[in-house]
Amino acid sequence: MSEQNRLGVFKTYKLYVGGKFPRSESGRVYEVTDSKGAWLANVPQSSRKDARDAVVAARKAFGGWSGATAYNRGQVLYRVAEMLEGRKEQFAREVAASEGLSKSKAAAVVDAAIDRWVWYAGWTDKIGQISGGANPVAGPFFNLSTPEPTGVVAVLAPQKSSLLGLVSVIAPVIATGNTAVVIASADAPLPALSLGEVLATSDVPGGVVNILSGATAELAAPLAAHQDVNAIDLTGAGAELAKELEIAAADNLKRVLRPLPAEADGPDPSTDWLAAPGTHRLTAFLETKTVWHPTGALGASGSSY
Amino acid sequence: MASAFEYAPAPESRSVVDIAPSYGLFIDGEFTEAADGKVFKTVSPSTEEVLSEVAQAGAADVDRAVKAARKAFEKWSALPGSERAKYLFRIARIIQERSRELAVLETLDNGKPIKETRDADLPLVAAHFFYYAGWADKLDHAGYGANPRPLGVAGQVIPWNFPLLMLAWKIAPALATGNTVVLKPAETTPLSALFFADICRQAGLPKGVVNILTGYGDAGEALVTHSDVNKVAFTGSTAVGKAIARSVAGTDKKVTLELGGKGANIVFDDAPIDQAVEGIVTGIFFNQGQVCCAGSRLLVQESVQDEVLDALKRRLSTLRLGDPLDKNTDIGAINSAEQLARITTLVETGEAEGAERWSAPCELPSSGYWFAPTLFTNVTQAHTVARDEIFGPVLSVLSFRTPDEAVAKANNSQYGLSAGIWTEKGSRILAVANKLRAGVVWANTFNKFDPTSPFGGYKESGYGREGGRHGLEAYLDV
Amino acid sequence: MPTTAPAFSDATASDSALRRFLFGLPGVDAVGLEARAASLGTRSIKTTAKAYAIDLAISMIDLTTLEGADTPGKVRALAAKAVHPDPTDRTTPRTAAVCVYPDMVATATAALAGSGVKVASVATAFPAGRAALDVKLADVRDAVAAGADEIDMVIDRGAFLSGRFMKVYEEILAVKAECGTARLKVIFETGELATYDNIRRASWLGMLAGADFIKTSTGKVATNATPANTLLMLEAVRDFRAQTGVQIGVKPAGGIRTTKDAVKFLVLVNETAGEDWLDNHWFRFGASSLLNDLLMQRQKLSTGRYSGPDYVTVD
Repeated sequence: MSEQNRLGVFKTYKLYVGGKFPRSESGRVYEVTDSKGAWLANVPQSSRKDARDAVVAARKAFGGWSGATAYNRGQVLYRVAEMLEGRKEQFAREVAASEGLSKSKAAAVVDAAIDRWVWYAGWTDKIGQISGGANPVAGPFFNLSTPEPTGVVAVLAPQKSSLLGLVSVIAPVIATGNTAVVIASADAPLPALSLGEVLATSDVPGGVVNILSGATAELAAPLAAHQDVNAIDLTGAGAELAKELEIAAADNLKRVLRPLPAEADGPDPSTDWLAAPGTHRLTAFLETKTVWHPTGALGASGSSY
Repeated sequence: MASAFEYAPAPESRSVVDIAPSYGLFIDGEFTEAADGKVFKTVSPSTEEVLSEVAQAGAADVDRAVKAARKAFEKWSALPGSERAKYLFRIARIIQERSRELAVLETLDNGKPIKETRDADLPLVAAHFFYYAGWADKLDHAGYGANPRPLGVAGQVIPWNFPLLMLAWKIAPALATGNTVVLKPAETTPLSALFFADICRQAGLPKGVVNILTGYGDAGEALVTHSDVNKVAFTGSTAVGKAIARSVAGTDKKVTLELGGKGANIVFDDAPIDQAVEGIVTGIFFNQGQVCCAGSRLLVQESVQDEVLDALKRRLSTLRLGDPLDKNTDIGAINSAEQLARITTLVETGEAEGAERWSAPCELPSSGYWFAPTLFTNVTQAHTVARDEIFGPVLSVLSFRTPDEAVAKANNSQYGLSAGIWTEKGSRILAVANKLRAGVVWANTFNKFDPTSPFGGYKESGYGREGGRHGLEAYLDV
Repeated sequence: MPTTAPAFSDATASDSALRRFLFGLPGVDAVGLEARAASLGTRSIKTTAKAYAIDLAISMIDLTTLEGADTPGKVRALAAKAVHPDPTDRTTPRTAAVCVYPDMVATATAALAGSGVKVASVATAFPAGRAALDVKLADVRDAVAAGADEIDMVIDRGAFLSGRFMKVYEEILAVKAECGTARLKVIFETGELATYDNIRRASWLGMLAGADFIKTSTGKVATNATPANTLLMLEAVRDFRAQTGVQIGVKPAGGIRTTKDAVKFLVLVNETAGEDWLDNHWFRFGASSLLNDLLMQRQKLSTGRYSGPDYVTVD
């Protein structure tokens, strides 16, 4: 039987929440098309309640994930790269369709996305050494600063860069032990929803990353106002939305990562996600904890040692 | 305290400080009146005596000060770091030279005991300038890449609880990194910032690099919302912090907020009890409890609760409350009538909600703003006094049974600034410290500060860190 | 045999019980303890309070000579000084006691007869304490027989440091039995116990064994009384009385040379154990040169001008 004769099997795209693949609680879907307007899939139109459920899942996962060893998190992130490597072709197809890229460009973007997981996998057990350390206080005290994850982070994924941009914002958030509720690109959510499948098979504990598709503003508003969300990455928000969300985020003093100026002017396809990422996105969602403890003399009589 | 050994009054001399009858705003290196000529009085909270009359800045003054800072920024930021460093070293030295004068001034204007301004505030102020002075020409090595740049004009608003120390925390890193500043001290404690302006003059600091605006919240608001301010640094209440966070939305202003807290001081049954009691006292009665990182919730393991409370009450009975200038005073005045009213209201709420109040038996002076060291027992997580920041000498005592429960209760707060752990078991300290959601954890000590040690909160206690290498980030374009 | 305070009779029932009890005492954080002592050291004691403190301190001194070169003449001079510390001012209080070696007790007793100044004698192979128990007890008996009102014994630090707490305990009991009506001060030699945890354990061990006083040191090692170790011992007597009703005295000894130092110690007493201990029945200074500094300060307070060493007596 030739290719042409065989009727393909479509994939039902679902959300990724708490390690499971639910449909939207709303029961609604919306149509996703390729860059030329051809139908690609119906994807879940997530509701505020889906966002709420995702926060619950992310909070539940936070203790275990933040408490895992940095080495373990590095292994898990590296495993994501391995799993993605095995599904390169599928992602290249989805990226090409979503972003209107040539086959070869899409393949290059997927390669970069895989390499980005590897980059961040290596950071998990190094960022603490870079951004923390002992402080030489003027007294008989041991004083140590260590970075700790902020908590549950709402992530507005870039609107244009549907996979590389997405990975570039998720990986740094979870590398340091945060858990994430991700709003996928509204128009190009397929790579994000497929990434959920990769994460589910990569030893990433359920709830560490939760992926929602739908209208960005509609989902972002309840997340920005949510009292159990600790931080928000506004990368995928336009200037006006970003401002609204930053105002809402102030209600519980969420840490806010503002969109890049280029993105703030309107989602900008030219944002160079291929550039070296640096550590900015890692440190944006870290809290510095400083612990003091007396050292004192070896004995009551002082000591010459 | 009735004792055969009555300590005779030992007042520090007021004559070391010369307070002028009036002060202007310090803008572009000059003291000037407010544009609209408004003034307000600052009083000594321990006597209600008027200390001086100071200019009350308005929006026009803010604009003038920001312009001066902007103008000064060009040259200041272009100075070699080594030159900026020397200005800061000069300032540090002058502070040391004038520390007795400044300690007395701060005690007069704030109401805190001279023992604290002399032994804590002033040494830390000088140390902070010394520390950041050294960074000015080493920013390339601070871990933020080569040649990190200053942000521009920093608008800084500070509270009344540690007036000069908070000024140091704000100004030292800002200047070291090449920013210029407009700083507004709290309306109840404007004087030490104005004296600092004089120190800038003595140090020969270029005009406009430091501008001091005395005034009320409206001036603070005008400052942080000014369109030509690049960096906002605020220490104060969480409510105002949230308003600031909203006001900067959609701008590219960098913000650091150091806000409220409801720190849990956790005492395990294997604690060094006598030192724990001292730590509890330091935690909540240092500066009359008007400390954002105060250990205002005592979480004590039920198995030692009675023993700890007995020891604590006995110890509180020895605290000496009274004239802040007396070198033997442990507990000074509450900073303002307004703050005293807030403390009183919250304490009344605590009683109304059924918590059991105990106050140290001490006589309160007849004038000024005073509140006796107080603790509440029979407190649960549901009580207002266990949740709201009182910002006064009031301790809420809760008990716990297991380390897990202690951590859960400690973290059960909208705040996350500080916490204390008392136990002789090292592994427990590390495990509990690891689980606490707080920016500063003091194990077997409390309320220790150092310029090298980053300070700041989790959750609604704010964001950003002050102190240490971390404190540079807030003032650099990184 | 004298009995332990009933509240703690279980603690001394066996070697292992004693060991468990002592190791069950709350730990001491050195930095916190020293910080508290230093903080109390910043109290400013002026005018009337200073006058009170100076007289109190003089009255608390165990005026001490513990030298190989001690002679009856030296001891008699010291006794005269104890009775009339400042010959120019008869309102000056007498010291609490003179403290001498056992062989000087008789001389001291004779010199101090009727003065109210006590005679204290070190004993138990002071200062090392390295002798057989019989020898130590004979030492105590001699001193008591010669008329000592107070016995300052040293504990067996070797036994303590090697964990033989019951041996230390029983030795104190045995010495106490020999004391008769003489009050027993138990010297821990805190400088050799080395840690604050040890000093707290030794304090409780001494109190359980019937010490009337617990005393820091012999004055013969590098580190003697410090504000921190004295604060720690004051906490111990405070807690012991709270739990047993039995009040025990404290004696820092060695290294306290100035009025300023002495006043700091009195502040520690006042704010830790409390005013019940502000009496020479419950607090002593083991010192010698301290007295003259107190006298000079006393003269300064009464005359308004600074005094000098030629205006106090050298004994």
